[in-house]
Amino acid sequence: MPKQLYNQPSPLETKLVSKRFGLDNSESLDTYLAHDGFKAFLKAREMTPEQIIEEVKVSSLRGRGGAGFPTGLKWSFVPRTSPKPKYIVVNADESEPGTCKDRLLMEYDPHQLIEGILIAALAMDSHKGYIYIRGEYRYLIERMDRAIAEAYSKGYLGKNVAGTGFQFDLYTHSGAGAYECGEETALLDSLEGKRGIPRMKPPFPAVAGVWACPTLLNNVETFSAVPAIIRDGGRAFADLGTPKNGGTRLVCISGHVNKPGVYELPLGFNMLQAIYEVAGGIPGGKKLKAVVPGGSSCPLLKAEECDIPMDYDTLAKAGSMLGSGGMVVMDETTDMVKVALRIMRFYAHESCGWCIPCREGTTWLRKILQRFVDGGGRREDVSLLGELSKNMLGRTFCALGDAAAMPTISIVDKFAEDFERRLPQGVAAA
Amino acid sequence: MTFSPQLEERLQNMLAKYPEGRKRSAVVPMLIYAQDEVGSVTPELIEEVARRCEVAPLQVDEVVGYYSMLRRKPMGKYHVQVCTNISCQLVGGEELFEHARKKLGIGHKQVTADGQFSLEEVECMGACSWAPAVEINYDFHHFVTPEKLDQLIDGLRSRGGKGADS
Repeated sequence: MPKQLYNQPSPLETKLVSKRFGLDNSESLDTYLAHDGFKAFLKAREMTPEQIIEEVKVSSLRGRGGAGFPTGLKWSFVPRTSPKPKYIVVNADESEPGTCKDRLLMEYDPHQLIEGILIAALAMDSHKGYIYIRGEYRYLIERMDRAIAEAYSKGYLGKNVAGTGFQFDLYTHSGAGAYECGEETALLDSLEGKRGIPRMKPPFPAVAGVWACPTLLNNVETFSAVPAIIRDGGRAFADLGTPKNGGTRLVCISGHVNKPGVYELPLGFNMLQAIYEVAGGIPGGKKLKAVVPGGSSCPLLKAEECDIPMDYDTLAKAGSMLGSGGMVVMDETTDMVKVALRIMRFYAHESCGWCIPCREGTTWLRKILQRFVDGGGRREDVSLLGELSKNMLGRTFCALGDAAAMPTISIVDKFAEDFERRLPQGVAAA
Repeated sequence: MTFSPQLEERLQNMLAKYPEGRKRSAVVPMLIYAQDEVGSVTPELIEEVARRCEVAPLQVDEVVGYYSMLRRKPMGKYHVQVCTNISCQLVGGEELFEHARKKLGIGHKQVTADGQFSLEEVECMGACSWAPAVEINYDFHHFVTPEKLDQLIDGLRSRGGKGADS
């Protein structure tokens, strides 16, 4: 039976990582093998670890989890030789508000992820890996467990992967509800059975990760892009995107659009074209007001800032981030104070409390924003919100503090009139 | 504690996933899977997981408050989780949560008197492009309208005493 997809594909997509979505039994190993599966692994087996890493570098693949760090470079940080075992850890804790793509990669094409992990394992000389999946994705833990069991039974995991003599064991690991565990060092603590508290860096996970052993940690989508890179060459992948921003990525479009969905678009695809052509524009012909370009941690863009190519460097120049690919579209009726409050309620809830600027900052920002929404806003609150947020930046172990501050700063700066409108009458007139 | 044979097998397999001397890694997965059967993280369960993972009970106890899905009191047989984070908020998530409150007659993290339903306003659960989203136990429901939520709840209610997975 052809699979019922969550949303219809768009003709403007470039299907590479998602090319098997919608195939009959796309989650089975047989389907995977019939559609280029494991060609890349067999090719990688003939390459040296340095050649594999070089190919990933040439591809200009950058981390799809949010930070956008060059993947090949990250791979090169894991020491070649180590007296300790080396581990591969997959971040499948997808929790950045606006992001829902890793779900599809595990649901529709689990063997592509497994092959990507195996290629990384060849490059790292690692023999054990864990897929850390958020607890809410129970059905995907089961899906990955079934795929892993199938791979073992057919010789694509275990002592002799694809008959090459390479050994690799792969396991799923369930989280239990914690946004913070998407941060890589918090994830490692969680994988060790502790509260997910971020670690001081350095040492970086490449040197001392899980159980203080060298660990390569990447997002589901990052690993899922690796088979195509090795199979078709890093250059071909790089050429799909823009300089230093290789390939395609899954863009999750949500909010006020006619056709919300997850679409695979090349890096550098125009943001307005994504909204109006891929996602069918805004319902009721309303005007665009704001866009969260890559998950709720990213500074928001005003409508007039959105006519830009979506790549990491352009978004950085625009004062925001491409992030995790979670693009949230807001029309002209959107009350940005309510948006700011909802974002801050989230970060206040998810702050682990380890760093005071984040724990206290998110709590007070939430309270001030709530006061505004409840009609008790004061004129000086607007500047207080900006000032408080700016004082959180760079003052925490992990990026959660920044993630809470950055969208708030952008909303206060760019949508001051929404705050003005919410001031009690007497204050506004004064 | 004794668990169902299926859960017992799963817990045994969990311990085998991690390297020698790293049983502590199984603490969180064990708690979440065992909670599904036991109903909540009870003091007995904490002792049991600590014994199996060879850590102090305190080391198990201290993670319970950190992870939002772990809970010390049982929720309803059907735990209705409504997302109101931004993607859902923009298309009616908050109104949907209000509707669920009225429909079930309970608030955030409360349980109906008959123990059948509980309600929780949850953070983003990764269904943003198919919002508003609701997860009942571990089943996702997308593009949920108040009418669709009524149907879901009424359907579960009419199932009565039958198992959550039946």
